[in-house]
Amino acid sequence: MTLPLFFFYVFSIIAVASALMVIAARNPVHSVLFLILTFVNGAGLFMLSGAEFLALILIVVYVGAVMVLFLFVTMMLDVDFASLRTGMLQYAPIGVVIGLILLAELLLVGGSFVLTPQLTASAVVPITEGVDNTRALGQLLYTRYVFLFMGAAAVLLVAMIGAIVLTLRHKTGVKRQDVFKQSNRKRSDAVEVVKVKSGQGL
Amino acid sequence: MISDISSFASLAPAYPELMLAIGAVVLLLLGVFMKKGSAGAIASLAVILLVIVVGGMVFSDTTGVIFNGGFINDAFARYMKLLVVGASAFTLILSFSSAKAHALDKFEYSVLVLLATLGMMLMVSANDLMSLYIGLELQSLALYVVAAMKRDSAQATEAGLKYFVLGALSSGMLLYGASLVYGFTGHTQLDLILTAVVEGERSIGLIFGMVFLLVGIAFKISAVPFHMWTPDVYEGAPTPVTAFFAAAPKVAAMALLLRVVSVSFHGIISDWQQIVIFLSIASMVLAAFAAIGQNNLKRLLAYSSIGHVGFALVGLSSGTQGGVEGVAIYMAIYVTMTVGIFAAVLSLKTESGYVETISELAGLSKKRPFVAAIMAVLMFSLIGLPPLAGFFAKWHVFLAAIEQNLFILAVIGVLASAVSAFYYLRIVKVMYFDEPVAEFAAVPRELTLVLAISGFLVVTYFVTVGSPLAAAARVAAGSLF
Repeated sequence: MTLPLFFFYVFSIIAVASALMVIAARNPVHSVLFLILTFVNGAGLFMLSGAEFLALILIVVYVGAVMVLFLFVTMMLDVDFASLRTGMLQYAPIGVVIGLILLAELLLVGGSFVLTPQLTASAVVPITEGVDNTRALGQLLYTRYVFLFMGAAAVLLVAMIGAIVLTLRHKTGVKRQDVFKQSNRKRSDAVEVVKVKSGQGL
Repeated sequence: MISDISSFASLAPAYPELMLAIGAVVLLLLGVFMKKGSAGAIASLAVILLVIVVGGMVFSDTTGVIFNGGFINDAFARYMKLLVVGASAFTLILSFSSAKAHALDKFEYSVLVLLATLGMMLMVSANDLMSLYIGLELQSLALYVVAAMKRDSAQATEAGLKYFVLGALSSGMLLYGASLVYGFTGHTQLDLILTAVVEGERSIGLIFGMVFLLVGIAFKISAVPFHMWTPDVYEGAPTPVTAFFAAAPKVAAMALLLRVVSVSFHGIISDWQQIVIFLSIASMVLAAFAAIGQNNLKRLLAYSSIGHVGFALVGLSSGTQGGVEGVAIYMAIYVTMTVGIFAAVLSLKTESGYVETISELAGLSKKRPFVAAIMAVLMFSLIGLPPLAGFFAKWHVFLAAIEQNLFILAVIGVLASAVSAFYYLRIVKVMYFDEPVAEFAAVPRELTLVLAISGFLVVTYFVTVGSPLAAAARVAAGSLF
């Protein structure tokens, strides 16, 4: 057994096992941590197949940013996961049956799936030797796939507008900082100099 | 490195989309920097922008494939895009008078509608599984937000959430199908998939992928059995949003379905034909019976739209150019009728708010004879009675089915349409023969105009728009085959 094959099995087994633990763990925080483990192993698999950019982006974006955010949210929300889980056993048999049917169908499909030997040669965009992953992706994203890139940008814009529209509430009665107002304030607006004669008061 | 975009002029087939995208962003900025209460102005500007886009599409007919096969503008895309943009413009106009009551008086609403329209245009013009998905997501994401925009209403939030969850599920299925199709044919470009399908023997994997693709799209056109979300979302979302949902996205998703099955899977007609026939029969029959028990007007219209998708699919199940032509005509007439019906629904306001149940329509003919008359005409047209437009819509699709010897499908369709006559006629009966209970507020001017246009087109279809529309649909369908 070659070393890459060995690592392939190590990464895959841990990935599948921790994916199972994501839904099996009692504590939601543990679930999130197992999800991180799944992603790290996925990154390992990417690395093995030579996609180092995807591997690192998976770690940086998903593990570093998204999952940490997830972890915060899970810790902050007081959700009673035990009660959410009560119906699970009831539906488990149906779930298992559906899962088995899907598995059988996938095996039927996968059984006939053979990668042609000239796969890399017949790719839409052939891989050029000596160009590293990141550069190759960049060269394609901004030229051949610029349409999809811009389309994805529009999707993100919609997501941003949506998040703001659905959650931003302008509270009234809250004191806010107004820099323009602050810097326009003159001495005369705030301070009044009064000559007070001694013994008379104001 | 490898791109066919060498100058700005080479973007010509995508000028309408560019115009809409830039316009939407400009309106977004305007809305952010203008004072509060500018929502009405932004909405009017959005309608003007859509009209300009329509003008651009009518006067410039640059067709072609750009972005390395990702984007296509042909006669079919132009026809469908005109329908989509027209439907969006009219449904925006419908929201003018009732925006405040439905908590849609925010400038983001118009901007999101514009971006959703952009997504629909990309869907219609998609020539690649990837651009298809991007267009679909752009459209869906904007629609989820718009559905939940009335955020203080539990119903609207539920509608948005339900739509989001089921929409995400359908996107997942579509992506799964797309990945299988890519895996078994080696192409994501629709016309190249065709060559791979024709050359090689069809494998189970390809069929599997195609079925998942169809399931994903069937969710979007809400064909039975993937229709569960429709009544709830239509009922929960604010009425102007429901009007938008019922018109433009249906056309875009139907156009997508037509293009995918008649371009990519033309070689394996018998494999998708049975699926489309099943979807069609199930939609027609279920909608006809389920709508009978509905008391809420919006739920009833949701089932009605499910039924009409079923009728449109009758045309597609023939798998011929005539069938696609029939569906194209059907969608145009469906949009006209839907916009009219929702204009009528939105123009009816009593002291207790906007009319939502059928019983509230009692005696409408005495209080608001114009609205009642147009609504009755539209109901007769939805049933498919000659000489109204709805009859010709059904005639075209059934003719295409009969030419392919799909007699059973046609018979079931006609029977379902007879059953559906019951609930459409019930509305007419309530409007004309029940005693009036409530007073209705005055009808806003722009709604009267929309009602008049819709009623005019539906009544005079045969003598006015009928033949030019059929000719345009023939050219559109011809560009797919």
